[in-house]
Amino acid sequence: MIGMISYLAFFSTMAAIFAIAVLGLNLHWGYTGLFNGGVVAFFGAGAYGTMILGGRADATVLGGFGLPFLVALAGGVVLAGMLAWIVGLLTVRLRHDYLAISTFGVAIAFESLTRNAEWLTGGARGLRGFPRPFEAAVGNNFVYGLLFLAFVLLVLVLVYIGLERLVRSPFGRALRAIREDETAARSLGKNPTRLRLTSFVIGSMIMGVAGGLYVSFYAFVSPQDLAPILTFQIWAMLIVGGAGNNRGAILGAFLIWAAWTASGFLLARHAPVAMQIYTGSIQYILIGSVIVGMLLWRPQGLLPERLETSAGPDRTRPAGTNTTATTNKGVT
Amino acid sequence: MIQHLVDGILTGSIISLGAIGLTLIMHMLRFANFSYAELLGIGAYSALVFDRLLAALIPFMHEKIGPLSLTWTLSVSVVLAMVVTGASAVVLDKLVFKRIRENAGPLSMVFASFGVALILRNIITLAFGHRAQLYSPDIAFAIVVSFDPLLLIKPDQVFVLGAALVLMLMLHVVLTRTTFGYSHRAVAENPDLAQVSGVRLSRMVVSVWVLGGGLSAAAGVFYGLTNQISPHLGHNFVLPVFAATIVGGIGSVYGAVLGGFIVGIASGLSLMILPSGYTPAMPFLIIIAVMLLRPHGLFGEELHR
Repeated sequence: MIGMISYLAFFSTMAAIFAIAVLGLNLHWGYTGLFNGGVVAFFGAGAYGTMILGGRADATVLGGFGLPFLVALAGGVVLAGMLAWIVGLLTVRLRHDYLAISTFGVAIAFESLTRNAEWLTGGARGLRGFPRPFEAAVGNNFVYGLLFLAFVLLVLVLVYIGLERLVRSPFGRALRAIREDETAARSLGKNPTRLRLTSFVIGSMIMGVAGGLYVSFYAFVSPQDLAPILTFQIWAMLIVGGAGNNRGAILGAFLIWAAWTASGFLLARHAPVAMQIYTGSIQYILIGSVIVGMLLWRPQGLLPERLETSAGPDRTRPAGTNTTATTNKGVT
Repeated sequence: MIQHLVDGILTGSIISLGAIGLTLIMHMLRFANFSYAELLGIGAYSALVFDRLLAALIPFMHEKIGPLSLTWTLSVSVVLAMVVTGASAVVLDKLVFKRIRENAGPLSMVFASFGVALILRNIITLAFGHRAQLYSPDIAFAIVVSFDPLLLIKPDQVFVLGAALVLMLMLHVVLTRTTFGYSHRAVAENPDLAQVSGVRLSRMVVSVWVLGGGLSAAAGVFYGLTNQISPHLGHNFVLPVFAATIVGGIGSVYGAVLGGFIVGIASGLSLMILPSGYTPAMPFLIIIAVMLLRPHGLFGEELHR
């Protein structure tokens, strides 16, 4: 019984951490129409930043300053934000393709940095040893697992509430305005470049929060944790849940993580021994098929974006067209 | 120094071949296609299959050509692989991209291309295994061109560079001397006007995929011939090929060729100051430099959002 509960707690902690990253991506893609092809870099910046600042001292690397957990987490988040600010500054003015390519590039550059800068990141063997936050309060491992889950869920709820308020604020409306029709938004005095950059940095910082929680949970991070597949998983979570809907984003995170864990378990148990080294490939094909299949058959996701109708009853548009393609030139 | 430069030029010619098709597709369909580089993988592996088939069917053709490790069977296989890869590119467009293009915006296309890349790469892994493979099991010996500075060149490398240049020249002739070339340029300039003038857009889209697929297949085989083929081949070329198109300016064929050489040479020379582990990040630094200095690339039009 205890084993079951502690497994569920472990599962939910991971799913909730991913859900936070998906919420960050939703601000990018769902609400602003920004393509982030390097989620893993911002997640990783949060993870490594937190680890370097808050980890245990280690003679072989520069980091391990052992700062208090929340301070270290904040540092990781700031690092993710700074990375996003630099990339965003160079690309948000240009064709949307450039952001996609640059963010993809950031992820590759970040990975080669983590693999090679041994003095900072420990190279391929990674960084190990993170004092468990609030461990002093509880001695029991089982209770600790539940407590950490409660903490992650609290962060998830806070991020959710914060984002819901943000997207309903004038700022959020301006984001959707530039997503739908940049020229119209510009004519109303909105500055698309600044709005996009702000949204890009905030979303990336949220991904940094997820990364920071991830390392404090595992007390370990290596380039293996930041494989490109993580970006795809988070993308799949968002597209399944529903871009432009924060509840959908959270739902998608739990569903995809459940499907990923279950498929991994089934393959490990039932696949022939010779096939075992290819189970990863099968899971990757599943994730890719989920992405392509959703885009083809249900692009709005399970929980579509709820469109607020503020003016007349005739201001409707088909759901799921939440990309820059729909330029509504009609006057309402 | 000179060795890094020569190796860089060779890699550059392979990147150029890959970038030509990408720049045409990005210009015509207006989306960053992240699955495009997987066509190099499809090309490399289909050439491997054809090579083995032909070697079994017509053993006497499985002979090396002169000093090259390239065999007669493989050279026929390259052509077959170019056809197969061009056809797979068209099929992918029909199955996925065309349908998304009709219903959603360019960002959904970018998104879908990520998914397609993931599927293709892992199907290749399942079919051929994780292990890297070689076209020819024999060691291709390099020829010492000079001792001081030390310069080693494999005959295959010379062949690849020459073949790549010939392919580019052929493309140049097609684009500048044939009706197809004219209509292609017309569509790239102004799709609406071209259609009014009687160019069938859907046919042009198919031809660009065939062209891009064919050139990528050649690039994939050439890479395999001078290095090795593995399921990661496509993934490793995604960023260099994008960097080449951005350096050259999206839509410019000549820009893509030049961009490919610039990216290849820069990555080669970077080995003199950076450990080789950082080579994958080089194209990213080049992209950043272009964004800072000349966002629309060397020959690109100023295209803002």
